[in-house]
Amino acid sequence: MPNAETYVGTARSRVDGRAKVTGAAKYAAEFAAPGLLHGAVVSSAIAKGRIIRIDTEPARAVPGVAQVFTHENRPSTAWFTHKYRDEVAPPGSPFRPLYDNTVLYSGQPVALVLAEDLETAQYAASLVRVDYEVAEHATDLRHKRGEAYVPKQKRTGVAPPPSPRGDADKAYAEAPVRVENEYRVAIEHHNPMELHAATVVWEGDGRITVHDKTQGVHNTHTYVTSVFGLSQNDVRVISPFVGGAFGSGLRPQYQLFLAVMAALALKRSVRVVLTRDQMFTFVYRPDTINRLALGADANGALLAIRHDAIAGTSTFEDYQEVVVNWSGLLYHCDNVKLTYKLAQLDTYTPGDMRAPGAPLGTFALESAMDELAYALRVDPLALRLKNYAETDENEGKQWTSKELRAALQLGAERFGWSRRSSEPRSMRDGRELVGWGMACGIWEATMQTTSARAILTADGRLEIGTGSADIGTGTYTILSQIAADALGLPMESVTVRLGDSSLPASPVEGGSWTAASAGSAVQAACHAVQKTLFRYARSAENSPLANADLDHVMFADGRIALAANPSRFMTITDAMRAGGVDRIEEQETTSPDSTIQKRYSPYTHSAVFAEVRVDEELGVVRVTRVVNAVAAGKILNLKTARSQIIGGVVFGIGMALTEESMLDHKLGRFMNHNFAEYHVPVNADIHAIEVIFADEHDDKASPIGVKGLGEIGIVGTAAAVANAIHHATGKRIRELPITPDKLL
Amino acid sequence: MNRFTLSRPADLAEAVRQAAADPAARFIAGGTNLIDLLKYDVERPARLIDITRLPGLNTIEETAEGGVRIGALVTNTDLAYDARIETRYPVLASAIRAGASPQLRNAASTGGNLLQRTRCYYFYDTGTACNKRVPGSGCPAIGGVNRIHAILGASEHCIATHPSDMCVALAALAATVHVTGPGGARVIPFADFHRLPGDHPEIDTTLRPGEIVVAVELPPQGFASHYTYLKLRDRLSYAFALVSVAVGLEMDGNRIGQARIALGGVAHKPWRDTEAEGTLRGRVADAESFAATADRILVPALGYAHNAFKIELARRAIVRALSQAAAGTPQSQTDKRIR
Repeated sequence: MPNAETYVGTARSRVDGRAKVTGAAKYAAEFAAPGLLHGAVVSSAIAKGRIIRIDTEPARAVPGVAQVFTHENRPSTAWFTHKYRDEVAPPGSPFRPLYDNTVLYSGQPVALVLAEDLETAQYAASLVRVDYEVAEHATDLRHKRGEAYVPKQKRTGVAPPPSPRGDADKAYAEAPVRVENEYRVAIEHHNPMELHAATVVWEGDGRITVHDKTQGVHNTHTYVTSVFGLSQNDVRVISPFVGGAFGSGLRPQYQLFLAVMAALALKRSVRVVLTRDQMFTFVYRPDTINRLALGADANGALLAIRHDAIAGTSTFEDYQEVVVNWSGLLYHCDNVKLTYKLAQLDTYTPGDMRAPGAPLGTFALESAMDELAYALRVDPLALRLKNYAETDENEGKQWTSKELRAALQLGAERFGWSRRSSEPRSMRDGRELVGWGMACGIWEATMQTTSARAILTADGRLEIGTGSADIGTGTYTILSQIAADALGLPMESVTVRLGDSSLPASPVEGGSWTAASAGSAVQAACHAVQKTLFRYARSAENSPLANADLDHVMFADGRIALAANPSRFMTITDAMRAGGVDRIEEQETTSPDSTIQKRYSPYTHSAVFAEVRVDEELGVVRVTRVVNAVAAGKILNLKTARSQIIGGVVFGIGMALTEESMLDHKLGRFMNHNFAEYHVPVNADIHAIEVIFADEHDDKASPIGVKGLGEIGIVGTAAAVANAIHHATGKRIRELPITPDKLL
Repeated sequence: MNRFTLSRPADLAEAVRQAAADPAARFIAGGTNLIDLLKYDVERPARLIDITRLPGLNTIEETAEGGVRIGALVTNTDLAYDARIETRYPVLASAIRAGASPQLRNAASTGGNLLQRTRCYYFYDTGTACNKRVPGSGCPAIGGVNRIHAILGASEHCIATHPSDMCVALAALAATVHVTGPGGARVIPFADFHRLPGDHPEIDTTLRPGEIVVAVELPPQGFASHYTYLKLRDRLSYAFALVSVAVGLEMDGNRIGQARIALGGVAHKPWRDTEAEGTLRGRVADAESFAATADRILVPALGYAHNAFKIELARRAIVRALSQAAAGTPQSQTDKRIR
């Protein structure tokens, strides 16, 4: 029988919290090695062209400099570009650092200086002189949208827009009520607290241990062996902690390549840490222009949805994310046409950033729904409920579960939505205009094939291991809870190991799939331990469980007991003694169920309600209240789950009001490349955030009923804030962020 | 960061002597800006002269004239929370608290605050041109990303702004800057201490080579009853001002006596227009007179592609700040809102 859930579903503090606040948790740049060399990266000043001369002599002349690598002297690495492709690479030719004299984007690494200490490396790096032949670049998506194309090759794991259904053009043309506009969200950079860093420890005999800032040690491992032609056993990747990543650590970034290259060439340990400015020289959330058209009948029933997106990518890869598909999923509509095109820019390839694509597409859709509600003079919440999608109409499947209706009702109730006066500019508190807005959010609830290991020892301790990562989301904690419950042990007896390529295989931590994927694998491994343990218990002489079977016992308090009569039990220690072992090790792999996948679609949903107060005269917006009601299947840990949603909401507020990577198109360069000028929200910008989890039973999305929470918190938030600003001021701002200048 | 010699002179005279002997030397106190500039290779001094141990520069003292003299090494935190400053010059305390973060204010010095350099993106990025960093190399901000740049007093060579909050209050208070150098000691009126970019944007102040700030002196009048520091920015804390306004008013009933208005975030220096201030004298403190003054201050304002909004924002901010000051309801720096 299923064990009682002592820990799962409760609020638990992070098991790694103490290690993190005391500094015991080690991050990629904190691993030490004897004779460690420090690397400093020289970045290109131009966006496109060729290096015609690179003078490294002044740098080499600095005492303490061990080597300077450029395209002219870099060691040879894999010849074929496909060798550089990683687990989540989009189609194309991945960027190869120091490959040749071609400059593909501003800030591209053009040299690596290695020295005995960091200060020497940085000083010497400042002495490297680079002469360029400048070519004309293009970084402005507006100028390139005419050249947009449908990507020839689809990115694995990213669904292209579904085929059109019905006749959206005709239905739109004939619809009595129509809205059509363009929406755009500024480019964002991930800006995790931890800088991207790699410490590569030279172990001798061509073997290296790599500590990289990564969301996937196996992905890093495969990349390093493939690019540098190393055997599996020569490389071990260990990254137990990640100081935030938000997607920036999904793909191997150039610090890894450079550190490994240098360590192998010099046969020494090497650390490369990027600067905060260099954190703006790789992956970012792409510029995306959304054109959205909604047609409805006079009663508010949607007759047509058209959503056309054009997104920027690089000149060497076709980065793709799901931007428009949400518009065919959130609402019932018989006539839907969705398109997604790319345009090439002379920047680095954009990449996955927290809920990649979803907040961009839903900002457009949920703003347009708000505009439609005003055109129809109906309540925005009522409009959503009227057009509620009972099935996945993109793919013609049932939902694995969908309690969005409950989330909308719970959120509206908590927020007090029924007290809203519908007219813009109708609510005021002193000098400030008050606005209430809402939006829906949706995100994939996928599960990936993942392996996990469970080792139970006779002292009643359980060690769990999987190669997955905890990027700050709480993976260590939820896996401890699942494992402790599965074997009826106290959480304190469970140790979870993550982020080591010698552990069982796991995909990158991303896509909100880790809780469902690693959680299911851990539970399966623990069940395998149960089985073995139970076999030993039954085999004991005069076993009190001799005639029982696994379905009739429970594991609790370090015992295996008859469910019907708990006084008949055997301790774990005795069972292992009966089996003549002092440890039981089991490894299991879990995968999504393809028969379920054929018929059911797994998605997480949210209903976001936002209150803003706007000082109209000065253009200052405060988001004074957000209620985010989430339907995400089973909630493993109320505390870490709530934290994920709060973090997502703050991310959404940043998208709505403050975050913007500003490109100087003349230079093809991001200019506000630091924390002073790239504005993530600070404490003073954040007020009340309430999180509600709707009860949602799901027995299809994953074996443990979990859907994942890392990303849904941001989806919908920016649109809810923008809609609230419209309600407050009557101004409809369709380009985020809504900075003071847009409201003056 | 380049290699440099670090020296720790025992007294002021020795510090001045070292600075005068080496044009590539820089004084360092809190280092909250200079260290950044070193890391960015914007500043590459051959010598750093650590003045943190110099005697006699870290006290706040009342002067015989009834004002207050602030030593150059007094930290921003000590200054902002000094009872005499809080009581008599609350606009200064408020402006300091509006800036940076507690950690930075704990380290930053009074003299250093005066000498902090612009936050122009291009100035900090050695991969780009900048007339302030490399004279004659050009100003990409003028045709580039200039959301945070100047609307007043800029030149064709530079549209950078001075980033200080504290200095805006000091300008409004008509402080004086006491300096000493190879040519002896002198006193510079605050309005003359920072300069406009003109043809030499690389020069921020009127300090002569080898000169060092030793103190800032506040005159007796502190406008403690009717003042405000209103700072508008892209987020509510830890951001430089898009526009800030320091106001001090003398009120006689509902009529204005003396008025002081200084603007931050809009020019190469804290911006004051004494003529415009003068037009408020004797006027009733109402929206109409505030708006007229704001308009007058902004007559010479000029916007670029991304910062033109600052002209209107400044206009409204001046009116709001004057209203706050006249009403005796200054802007709080701890409330999570603009009043």
